[in-house]
Amino acid sequence: MGELRLMKGNEVIAEAAIRCGCDGYFGYPITPQSEIMETLMEREPWNETGMVVLQAESEVASIHMLYGAAGSGKKVLTSSSSPGISLMAEGISYLAGAELPCLIVNVQRGGPGLGTIQPSQADYWQSTKGGGHGDYRLIVLAPSSVQEMNDFVELGFKLAFKYRNPAMILTDGVIGQMMEKVVLSDYIPRSTDEEIEARCGSWITSGRKNARERHVITSLELDSGRMEVNNIRFQSKYAKMEEDEVLYEEIQCEDAEYLIVAFGSSARICQKAVDVAREKGIKVGLLRPITLFPFPKKPIGELAKKVKGMLVVEMNAGQMVEDVQLAAGCSIPVKYYGRLGGIVPGPGEVVQALEQKLIGG
Amino acid sequence: MELAEIINPNNLVYEKPKLLTDNTMHYCPGCGHGVVHKLLAEVIEELGIEEKTIGVSPVGCAVFAYNYIDIDWQEAAHGRAPAVATGIARVNPDKVVFTYQGDGDLASIGTAEIMHACNRGENIVVIFVNNAIYGMTGGQMAPTTLLGQVTSTTPMGRDASRNGYPLKITELIAQLAGTSYVTRQSVHTPAAIRKCRKSISKAFQAALDKKGTAFVEIVSTCNMNWKLDPVEANKWMETNMFPFYPPGDLKDSSKNDPASYSPLKN
Repeated sequence: MGELRLMKGNEVIAEAAIRCGCDGYFGYPITPQSEIMETLMEREPWNETGMVVLQAESEVASIHMLYGAAGSGKKVLTSSSSPGISLMAEGISYLAGAELPCLIVNVQRGGPGLGTIQPSQADYWQSTKGGGHGDYRLIVLAPSSVQEMNDFVELGFKLAFKYRNPAMILTDGVIGQMMEKVVLSDYIPRSTDEEIEARCGSWITSGRKNARERHVITSLELDSGRMEVNNIRFQSKYAKMEEDEVLYEEIQCEDAEYLIVAFGSSARICQKAVDVAREKGIKVGLLRPITLFPFPKKPIGELAKKVKGMLVVEMNAGQMVEDVQLAAGCSIPVKYYGRLGGIVPGPGEVVQALEQKLIGG
Repeated sequence: MELAEIINPNNLVYEKPKLLTDNTMHYCPGCGHGVVHKLLAEVIEELGIEEKTIGVSPVGCAVFAYNYIDIDWQEAAHGRAPAVATGIARVNPDKVVFTYQGDGDLASIGTAEIMHACNRGENIVVIFVNNAIYGMTGGQMAPTTLLGQVTSTTPMGRDASRNGYPLKITELIAQLAGTSYVTRQSVHTPAAIRKCRKSISKAFQAALDKKGTAFVEIVSTCNMNWKLDPVEANKWMETNMFPFYPPGDLKDSSKNDPASYSPLKN
């Protein structure tokens, strides 16, 4: 059994990375996620597991270091917060275009621009619909507890390697900074060269051994016909993710007349809002998307046949609400409630929004 | 003498390096890239490190370097090759990693990445081909473009008041404690090619010995965008580039030059 600890979300990312046999971390300080690199530096995993930890000169450099290290089939991650992720957008697009598995953690803060250091969910679009240039998708996991910060590191790597695609943990300053009890994962040893060869031998740049063909990692293809073939392959990979990898949680949805849809820290607040509303006699349930891409379209579509209306609660100006509207169709009202710029809503205002926007109270 | 006697293995004085592929190079006639590629192939082969060498190709004319040298390659975004090489080298300390970059890539968009990789003393080799112009995009001004030099974005010649001054990035690199070997070479004559080959070999040996970053600038031509024929381009380079970018070693020492590095005392 894993070890029970009281820890900050950010610290858990670092601990989980070491324990899941990660080979390297490349990062640059930015609030509210700097504890990830600080924890790693304090833990000195290079002495324990051989994991490399490097403070880069910028987010631009750290994402391209990740690109280099991921090219040899190693398990590598980086972390940042919103403005830093914008700087990484170039590298993320290259990682997706070269089909390299890796893990990127975004502990979101309010924007746009330098914005604020308070928590936000305003990078939903950036994370789920691109962010960088070109047609690509990230696998996006949204933890709503410190426990899931632990669990999704390993899950993120698993999915990234399964699909040869970058995965992102999209969290925010609430989960990153809050302390909760967490059951840490058991240690998995770092992969040996032989294990990496067995897993990724067909594409990694590990040195052209035994007169095999040279491996070239690139996203460049000047022949548009071949570039289209590559793009179609990416799209079929994303379609497969939508088929097989959707994760979500339903809370008190069995008898629900209304549905709240929220992810990450908003979902934690809405869990309380559901209890408060039910005490007032409102039959409401909560659907929490865990994978933001692939998005849980089908369960939302199914619930749209049962409930009278949906309220999407997010700490942004209404981003996920568009995906919920698409999934729910036009038969029921799908409304949005949110707070902006680093303000975290309370359960009371969510219930009030539910009453005003859906029930008409 | 019969033809068969002439074409005899005993008479063989030169052979294409085995690591150079048979792909037709896309470089313009008169370009230095082909020669530098050949030297790299020869050095990697000579050191017997082809099974553990990983090249990082840039954005620019040499983006397709991976088509010509038969080793593993990773293609980097514009200017980011030193960061990519850092990532590869850090998680694969037993490998030999080199970047191959032009002047726009290394000295303009990738200035931060090259300075910091060199300053950290990453155990990588940097091959920097400087022809004072953007080749791939069609002859725009580069940071290394000389004052008065005509390019498609300085049609009246580079003017310091508008465009700033040509950047001697190699001189800056040589100041950094993380670099062990910094040199400037050229490939315009057989003698220069032989000297350049020696420098590339020395740089790879430094990386093998984990001495820090080894940096080889190769002053080269772009006769196509300079709008000269190859012979005239070589002459132009000697007359105009060599006085500003003089060939020779800038630094040849081990890592952590005590003159420039002083650790904190507790």
